[in-house]
Amino acid sequence: MKLILFYLRKLFAVLKNEVLVLPSRVAVIIFFLFILLLPLFTDDLYVLRVFTLASIFAIFAASWDLLSGFTGQLNFGHALFFGVGAYSAALINLHWQLAPWLSIPLGALIGVAAGLIVGIPALRLKGTYLALTTLAFPIIVTGLVFTFPDFTGGELGISGIQKLAPTRIHEYYIISILMLGLCTIMWKITDSNTGIIFHAIREDEIAVRASGVNTTRYKLLAFCLSGFFAGIAGGLYAHFMRIAGPSVLEISLSFMVVIWAMFGGAATIYGPIGAVFFLYPLVEFMHVIQDYRTLMFAFVVLLVLLFMPDGLFRWLREKIETECPRCKVRNIATRDTCRICTAPLD
Amino acid sequence: MSIILDIIVMGLIKGSIYALLAISFSLIFGVARIVNIAHTAFYMVAAYCIYTVTNYMGWSAVPAMFVAVILSVILGMVIYKVFLNPIREHEGAVLIATMAIAMVFQEVMTLFFSGSFLSVPNLIDGYFIIFGVKVFYQQLLTLCAAALVMVILMIFLFKTKLGLALRSTAQDREVANLMGINESKVAMITMGIAIGLAGFAGAIVVPLEILEPHMWATPLVMMMAVVVLGGLGSLKGSFVGAYIMGFTEAVVVFLSPQGAFLKISVALLIMIIVLLIRPEGLFGVYFEEER
Repeated sequence: MKLILFYLRKLFAVLKNEVLVLPSRVAVIIFFLFILLLPLFTDDLYVLRVFTLASIFAIFAASWDLLSGFTGQLNFGHALFFGVGAYSAALINLHWQLAPWLSIPLGALIGVAAGLIVGIPALRLKGTYLALTTLAFPIIVTGLVFTFPDFTGGELGISGIQKLAPTRIHEYYIISILMLGLCTIMWKITDSNTGIIFHAIREDEIAVRASGVNTTRYKLLAFCLSGFFAGIAGGLYAHFMRIAGPSVLEISLSFMVVIWAMFGGAATIYGPIGAVFFLYPLVEFMHVIQDYRTLMFAFVVLLVLLFMPDGLFRWLREKIETECPRCKVRNIATRDTCRICTAPLD
Repeated sequence: MSIILDIIVMGLIKGSIYALLAISFSLIFGVARIVNIAHTAFYMVAAYCIYTVTNYMGWSAVPAMFVAVILSVILGMVIYKVFLNPIREHEGAVLIATMAIAMVFQEVMTLFFSGSFLSVPNLIDGYFIIFGVKVFYQQLLTLCAAALVMVILMIFLFKTKLGLALRSTAQDREVANLMGINESKVAMITMGIAIGLAGFAGAIVVPLEILEPHMWATPLVMMMAVVVLGGLGSLKGSFVGAYIMGFTEAVVVFLSPQGAFLKISVALLIMIIVLLIRPEGLFGVYFEEER
């Protein structure tokens, strides 16, 4: 009993002193609560479907950020990992009759293999060359999909895949909790020593190599991790939509993920997730003006970029928080002195 | 024999179109350092413009071409001034701004013309036959026009003062600025010229292609492949790469049963293999990293 009370008190202390003092942390808590409690407020299947898909795309966008935002290996063909994950989960489920909880991780492992295949040639290329080369990979695979329609279903795709869970609410909870978990893992990875090396590779690869870090290994690691998470997103998508068609390999999906990530702010992990949860429902709920919604989407992106070229969520964070000049701890913008070292903030 | 001739004709045409697109894309990238994803969207806009002018206003095709090219140049320069110039320091932002611009064009075209497939009549009808292969006059015209424009572009770049300014800005932005070249003005002029070339490519290819709002995607991929294959910022590389890609496509289409699906895959595979051997492309030089 005492132990429980102790932990409760500790939890409250952490909540009061570490979480509630920073608006960005409060926002994360609100986001978690919102995702977990959404089905209590609405049982509209359409709304749930929109947010389930947003969760899937959030994993996907965050995985792009893990690779391209952090290590700076600009990937224009990220739909490859998503598509490979979706197609392999679908084929494994259909031919080997494996349940979704097995077929999705297996699909993700094939996504890792795809990451390695793209990663090895990508090691020799830099910057724009890399971006334009990676664009080619999903298109090559699309060509193969159309060439062997007996195996891949051709233009119609693979249908008749097992459902993820019996009801929409179940599916919503499986996918959204997975999203929260996987995104936290990704955020943790980028916050660890590995993440710091990823950052450094983007800033100056030669300097990192000169410091004795095997950059090749880390770049391949970034490709594999990114392929893994995107593969999971693809597998979830295949089981949720119950179809894996050529649309999961399209150029527009590759571009979309770049737009999401850059719009939210690259190299933050929370930026792309926030951007997906902002843009995807926005576009979906604009179905009253069906014909204009992609147009509106593009204009929203253009206008936001014009005023916040570093990304929406990064801009917001800069507005509501300031960094202490002395101890580098973040503070809410309304404070006059730092909450740790009481140095005056400007 | 006839199949070889077919391959040559198709390869030359595809290659010329890719060359026009890739050279203009290279120009923008070299001078303004913008990866212009919307490049082929302008090609689409010009094509639709010709369709509108010839179909609804009843003009003949040659003035329609002029209208299309001039309109796309103006459109390109306005978009550069309004959307791209203010955010040029942020590479990522420019990238997705151009993507968004391409999407805007695609959607606007869908709104006006719906998603249906359209086509434009030939400029000149008729064909002649060599070795049993039909060669349409329209194809010949496309080839000649592309060649003529490329020659004019080369003369402009290598013989005029403005061309010199363009090339020097591409080589080193800062030093060019120090020598009294107005860098942002040169960037805008380059944008106009390059978009005009893309519009011209759209204008001459339109009778041979089917018009639809997604027609920008495939040329975009091939154009980028050509640019990477030839080496970024190298005009000679873009030229050679374009014909390599064009002929590869033609060979695959005519020689393999699933050619229509495989042509892009094979062409891109060749690009990747070349890059594995020569990471900077065939004629490329790595730009001095700005640190």
